[in-house]
Amino acid sequence: MITKRIIPCLDVRDGRVVKGVNFKDLGDVASPVKLAEYYSGAGADELVFYDITASAEERKLFTEILTETASRVFIPLTVGGGINTVDDFDRVLKCGADKVSVNSGAIRDPSLVAKAAERYGSQCVVLSVDVARVNGKFHVFAKGGREDTGMEAIGWIKRCVENGAGEVVVNSIDTDGVKKGFDLDLLAKVCMSVRVPIIASGGAGSIGDFIHLFRTLPQVDAGLAASVFHFGEIEIRDLKKKMEEAGVPARLV
Amino acid sequence: MTAIVDYGVGNLFSLCCSLKYIGEEASVTSSPDEIMAADRLILPGVGAFGDAAEKLRETGLDGVVKAFAATGKPLMGICLGMQLLFDESEEFGLHKGLGLIPGRVVPIDSLEGWDRRLKIPHIGWNQLKIIKKEPLFANVNDGDCVYFVHSFCGVGCGEALAAVTEYGAEITAAVQLGNVCGCQFHPEKSGQVGLEILRAFCGISASGGESPC
Repeated sequence: MITKRIIPCLDVRDGRVVKGVNFKDLGDVASPVKLAEYYSGAGADELVFYDITASAEERKLFTEILTETASRVFIPLTVGGGINTVDDFDRVLKCGADKVSVNSGAIRDPSLVAKAAERYGSQCVVLSVDVARVNGKFHVFAKGGREDTGMEAIGWIKRCVENGAGEVVVNSIDTDGVKKGFDLDLLAKVCMSVRVPIIASGGAGSIGDFIHLFRTLPQVDAGLAASVFHFGEIEIRDLKKKMEEAGVPARLV
Repeated sequence: MTAIVDYGVGNLFSLCCSLKYIGEEASVTSSPDEIMAADRLILPGVGAFGDAAEKLRETGLDGVVKAFAATGKPLMGICLGMQLLFDESEEFGLHKGLGLIPGRVVPIDSLEGWDRRLKIPHIGWNQLKIIKKEPLFANVNDGDCVYFVHSFCGVGCGEALAAVTEYGAEITAAVQLGNVCGCQFHPEKSGQVGLEILRAFCGISASGGESPC
């Protein structure tokens, strides 16, 4: 039976891991390579490296860290952040990424998803979308969740999947950092609209939140989180064991 | 030394790293001489069957892979590379494969009785049901998970079937016939279990259960 994936997300800046609470107040955690090795050993099913660098020098450091991780950690690696062109796909894939996630880059250039899917295959192209409620409607936000694009989220996700996005990371700004559970209303709407793997992000505060997610929405394929893993509030090994006990298929290591 | 066939298809960085990690010398090459001189050969691949088969033919590497298989030295196909070992594929038209493993490649959702509620592609970690323990799965257990990404699968491979997985129907996960084997999943992306499969292929003894990390 296929298992539900647990995916820690590592925000990387200046060669270090950081995590924003509601995308602000970044705090330093640890070495990305060491953390990646630790998570892989603990049973993480996949890792997301999110590049939040601001300069070309930092970007070079990011790709060096990616290369070092890919030569020591043998689970799927997804890279996001600063992906604006097909050349950006090329740059991170050469350094050992398996998938590339696009967010603001796809909003700026809606043809990016189609171009990348044609060149590298849909399995390589992950749409990451930051969503928040605005006057009762789900809107797509750009630039790390700071800018309301005014676009309706479900329509945007459908359009990107039709263009070749092979997976969708749905990040709820409303639940992110609150640690009271995933945004099940939003996720249910996305699950009804597209038939590609859905990765839920934003709001995990406890093991129970993951179990509730997979039991309520069996169409969700994976759960992504950052701070609860980085600060040791949830041990992946415990989470997987509890998932299995609750009847949610999990890969135990 | 293990040669990895470079025919312009797919990302070979991780595969190369995983072999080096287990202590196997690896070389990514399109040179027929280097391929024939290798102790073992890996045929990788992602993307569409037709394109990949065409690239193998254009470069003349289809003949080199077959010649290598005929020497009796170990050959492994991974993902699309495994599918290329089959006789033919129905992916976007009928395409001829290398004919080193009997059977053909068909869409997963065309399998009889397939559960239509599931998503295509089959992406994620799924459990192995091992049919042939030796040689690939000597250090791996029934029920261990490996990482899959595919929309098509091999059928009709008869006694070559080495492992299956369950995804809406029973799906070919690995094949092996004599010195030729193949994995539908990605051993280089399947954590400790994947590394054990690569160790077995390379004739390197098991790690003794120590975590690589």
